[in-house]
Amino acid sequence: IMADQKTNKEQRYDRQLRLWGDHGQEALENAHTCLLNATATGTEILKNLILPGIGAFTIVDGHRVTGEDVGNNFFLSSDSIGKNRAQAATEFLQELNSDVSGNFVEESPDKLLDNDPEFFHRFSLVIGVQLPESTCLRLGSVLWSAGVPFLVCRTYGLVGYMRLVVKEHTVVESHPDNALEDLRLDQPFTELKNHISTYDLDSMEKKHDLQVPKNYKEKEAFRQLIREGIRKNESGAPEEEENFDEAIKNVNTALNPTKISSAVDDIFNSEQCENITSQTAAFWLMARGVRDFVQNEGNGSLPVRGTIPDMIADSDKFISLQNVYREKALQDAAVVAKHIQSHLQAVGKVTYPFNAGGLPVSPLCKNAAFLRVVRCRSLAEEYSVDSFHKDTITSCMDSPDSEMVLYLMLRAVDRFYQQHSRYPGVYNYQVEEDISTLKLCVNSLLQEYSLNVNVKDDYVHEFCRYGAAEPHTVASFLGGAAAQEAIKLITHQFVPFNNTFIYNAMAQTSTTFQL
Amino acid sequence: MPELISLSLSLSLSLSLSIHSMLVDGGTTSDWQGRWDHVKKFLERAGPFTHPDFEPNTESLQFLLDTCKILVVGAGGLGCELLKDLALSGFRHIHVVDMDTIDVSNLNRQFLFRPQDVGRPKAEVAADFINRRVPGCRTCSLFASGDRLIFFFSLNTEFHIIVCGLDSVIARRWINGMLLSLLVYEDGVLNTSSIIPLIDGGTEGFKGNARVILPGMTACIDCTLELYPPQINFPMCTIASMPRLPEHCIEYVRILQWPKDKPFGDGVGLDGDDPKHIQWVFQRSLERAAQFNITGVTYRLTQGVVKRIIPAVASTNAVIAVLYICADSAYGTLNNYLVFNDVDGLYTYTFEAEKKENCSACSQVPQDMHFSPSATLQEVLNYLTDSTSLQMKSPDITTTLDGRNKTLYLQTIASIEERTRPNLGRTLKELGLVDGQELAVADVTTPQTVLFKLSFTS
Repeated sequence: IMADQKTNKEQRYDRQLRLWGDHGQEALENAHTCLLNATATGTEILKNLILPGIGAFTIVDGHRVTGEDVGNNFFLSSDSIGKNRAQAATEFLQELNSDVSGNFVEESPDKLLDNDPEFFHRFSLVIGVQLPESTCLRLGSVLWSAGVPFLVCRTYGLVGYMRLVVKEHTVVESHPDNALEDLRLDQPFTELKNHISTYDLDSMEKKHDLQVPKNYKEKEAFRQLIREGIRKNESGAPEEEENFDEAIKNVNTALNPTKISSAVDDIFNSEQCENITSQTAAFWLMARGVRDFVQNEGNGSLPVRGTIPDMIADSDKFISLQNVYREKALQDAAVVAKHIQSHLQAVGKVTYPFNAGGLPVSPLCKNAAFLRVVRCRSLAEEYSVDSFHKDTITSCMDSPDSEMVLYLMLRAVDRFYQQHSRYPGVYNYQVEEDISTLKLCVNSLLQEYSLNVNVKDDYVHEFCRYGAAEPHTVASFLGGAAAQEAIKLITHQFVPFNNTFIYNAMAQTSTTFQL
Repeated sequence: MPELISLSLSLSLSLSLSIHSMLVDGGTTSDWQGRWDHVKKFLERAGPFTHPDFEPNTESLQFLLDTCKILVVGAGGLGCELLKDLALSGFRHIHVVDMDTIDVSNLNRQFLFRPQDVGRPKAEVAADFINRRVPGCRTCSLFASGDRLIFFFSLNTEFHIIVCGLDSVIARRWINGMLLSLLVYEDGVLNTSSIIPLIDGGTEGFKGNARVILPGMTACIDCTLELYPPQINFPMCTIASMPRLPEHCIEYVRILQWPKDKPFGDGVGLDGDDPKHIQWVFQRSLERAAQFNITGVTYRLTQGVVKRIIPAVASTNAVIAVLYICADSAYGTLNNYLVFNDVDGLYTYTFEAEKKENCSACSQVPQDMHFSPSATLQEVLNYLTDSTSLQMKSPDITTTLDGRNKTLYLQTIASIEERTRPNLGRTLKELGLVDGQELAVADVTTPQTVLFKLSFTS
């Protein structure tokens, strides 16, 4: 039965295993996420985590289900009305996937923060949905100290908002879309040089002082050189040779200089990479191992990646060329491993760490050029008058219809809620009169932060019109977007956003800001 | 073009205005207090950003609930999301069409299906689930393809909008062609009420797109065929004698060894859904790879290559489905092609795909074709299949000679294929074709014949 279950899981999850692999799936199945508030936005996010098989979820919600809740939420029914919302939603969500373990706590987040803030320490990730500002900030502070990633999501009328709060998130497997190949043609390693010398390329080396063509003129001359190499038939016309055509086409990309990106440089220059202690996380140990290689055996270059693109060639020649790169990659990886080992010994650790984003050395070296670190500012920093990003906000607001105005309006309605214990325009009769009150909130917000920007009246009007509605469509969009960010955080694959994402469902646009 | 934006709105509004409040039985008795509160704020309240033609009123909700008819083509990853989003936004008269049955590998994202539904028709199971979960929703399903689907379309043309969650370019082109054939032109001018808007798109891993097509007015599927690059097929010489990648080994077994060895009997084709078949291909591929010292053949890779599997997750489908729904709203119409990618952060981008003046599907003018009179019919055939703007699959070519219909080459009926095959080797001149000859081409990629005008080059 165990074997059956395993094949069944392989079949069921096949389409996603091709994206994040078995090790990514394992990380997902070991994760336990907490959702605060089972509104439509919340249940849609969980749906997209339960379907791919997250280990467990816990919903914290003190509300009772209303008719309005059932209207926009796929995971409630009219029978749920009056029941605790966490419990009702858990039943429907659990039914999606029996591999997943669902739990609920009938309690408001505020009460939990009062009585048992350490409740939240057990989670891999906390997702807060439709939280009032004060609760959000309190929770943010608790999770920041505990080092638990926090994803804030809200649907407000036709605006979707996500804020990622994580001190430091490291990524080895970022899976970049358009990675350049690592052919080292500008600085061929010894074994590659030796292999190539078995082909007749002497003439090329002599003409250009071992330098690779750099500008357009040189590259054209290089292409011409290749053309001249094409065999000619009896009447002197060049034969049709696919491999030469391929070479000419690839001159631009194959000859790119081998260099280290600034993102990777920043990683090498980070404090954590410099100061290795017994507390150092796996990622930094690995980064340090790679850095040591670069500064010594690598002569300024990363370990060889070891993969080459398919090329028109006969099987033997291609495989032997591929093996030259592969063997060098293995050699380099062994050197990197030795460096890591010596650091471990120096700080008194014996075993090589494999969890929390740690990976065996060869995926590390294959991905060395694509290592990434994401650091988000805390909510406290975003909200403090002393450290908020004034320049970002002001320059975005040079275009008064930029998504930044939607962010400011969200801050303004939060202010309204703080003062009036409700959101503007919830009932039809409130819409008109709340416009001027909301406008006062906008002005007091701008004043407090000394923001000299213009928030058009139209947006104040629009946000009163919304009446804090949570249309299912916008909730579902965030459901997909947030769930994918959560999966990135849990698997440590692909790169999360940093740190504020706004979806404008009126104009079908979106932007990311760093606040 | 302001008319463009208001078009689908005016289509909807003219219908709602012509209907006096209808209270349908079942329509309100399944409702409960507050059910549509979230939706009503957008239908019944004025706002500064809505389209000038949009007038908030309490009857819009009733129109959505009682009258608006939507066709959802495909009940897979996008289809399930679309059904849920439409039903919870107030749409009740939904038709869903799908020719597939449920597979285990669908369950990671097609959330209207459960393990016990494997093998059952997707459209039926999806409709049942939605109707049970969303009281009052009346989704009808059709488990069909081909002729049954054509028949269905001939009876049901009063859809206000059609949304497609398809997984094949051919199917998309077919629906596209279908809607183009419904257009009515009076004295060469398009009657806009014959337009049925089409919202199309697709997803692949962490990428997706959504687009709005107003047939006859905006870029259609065929106008932008280059956006769908042809599938990667490795050259035969690589597969047969110079394999370098594990994929080459798998393709060798699939294309060359299977028909030779007939491992499961005469005439038994390779079924990518049969684990025994895949296992056989996997083993033979390992053997082939070993001959050439190629590593990397796995069961998963084998299955992926044989079935041309595209990776998929729930989250991307959730996002794209919403973009479909919002593509045509009170705030205006998406103009007209949006791409989404959340590999690194999240990214969206919209551009306006342009209608091609000489599009083979929607331009209504015969396509130009230039060949020398000494070119063979085979060259014409190759052009029809290989050109990136045509990408036909197995075209049938007919023309009029001496006042009578003559089939030059037809692949789809074996006896006629045999009879007309010799024509492929004949030159256009030998076949009796003249400069300016009109050729009619039929193909699975289009429900209507495409007209070509042959111009002779010297």
